[in-house]
Amino acid sequence: MKVRVHVSLKNGVLDPQGRAIHHALEGLGFAGVKDVRAGRLFELDVADDTSDDALDDMCRKLLANMVIENYRIEKVAA
Amino acid sequence: MPFTSAVITFPGSNCDRDMAVAMEEVCGGTVHRVWHGDATLPEGLDFIAVPGGFSYGDYLRSGAMAARSPIMQAVVEAAGRGVPVLGVCNGFQILTEAGLLPGALMRNAGIRFVCREVPLKVENSQSLFTQRYFKDQVITIPVAHHDGNYFADAETLDRLEGEGRVAFRYAEPVNGSQRDIAGVLNAAGNVLGMMPHPERMIEAAQGGTDGRKLFEGVLAGLNVSA
Repeated sequence: MKVRVHVSLKNGVLDPQGRAIHHALEGLGFAGVKDVRAGRLFELDVADDTSDDALDDMCRKLLANMVIENYRIEKVAA
Repeated sequence: MPFTSAVITFPGSNCDRDMAVAMEEVCGGTVHRVWHGDATLPEGLDFIAVPGGFSYGDYLRSGAMAARSPIMQAVVEAAGRGVPVLGVCNGFQILTEAGLLPGALMRNAGIRFVCREVPLKVENSQSLFTQRYFKDQVITIPVAHHDGNYFADAETLDRLEGEGRVAFRYAEPVNGSQRDIAGVLNAAGNVLGMMPHPERMIEAAQGGTDGRKLFEGVLAGLNVSA
């Protein structure tokens, strides 16, 4: 089973990297970019019988830092 | 009993030797060098230091991989028994990732790596680590980090302040840290994490000796002979 885990900063947490990327886009002449938030994407290939709880656990224990980040699990059709 | 301490080394640690030399110089006794893959710590430790560097190449997040290494489970267990644990720079990041300290250390607000001496204000002079300083004393200690921007939610910050768990505060803006926090203590007071490097201010030849008192405090507080 292929699973994508999207990790992003929580609302209200300042994102210095996103801000720098935003400035860089403006510097390249792209107009109308209102905001940029940087995050991470993990692509996991896990056993088909992996439970939702186990996936949640993986995110909470390692893939995301719950102090500053949220995660979203997306199961990808084979 | 002579003073017995340990410095943990991870792949990518680079301040472990400086830390061991500082501990030997100020605390004396025996400094054990412990490798990240070890599952157990030496017996009878009085003090454990988690040093700076770029453990595991900062993969995933600074300190994230090291926090899940076998030896850190032993460090967490020792901290629970009251053994003093100091985490400096990457060591601070590791201690937050391991759940020993609240909050997280994010990319510096100015994006750039910051490497310079900074003025630090001693906020709490009652802890094991800070008892040799005066409250509100301003000391000079160098920082060298990319991810030192301390973040915790407002409720956590209020609790830390209320409980006297902010050990050090930057006396000028350095990295965007919430409330200029440079170092925090755990609830029991036996774990300190800080971004500045006290082990780099031990002898006059290093440009100052303001870091010595931190190690002297640990030694004095434990009532063991050097």
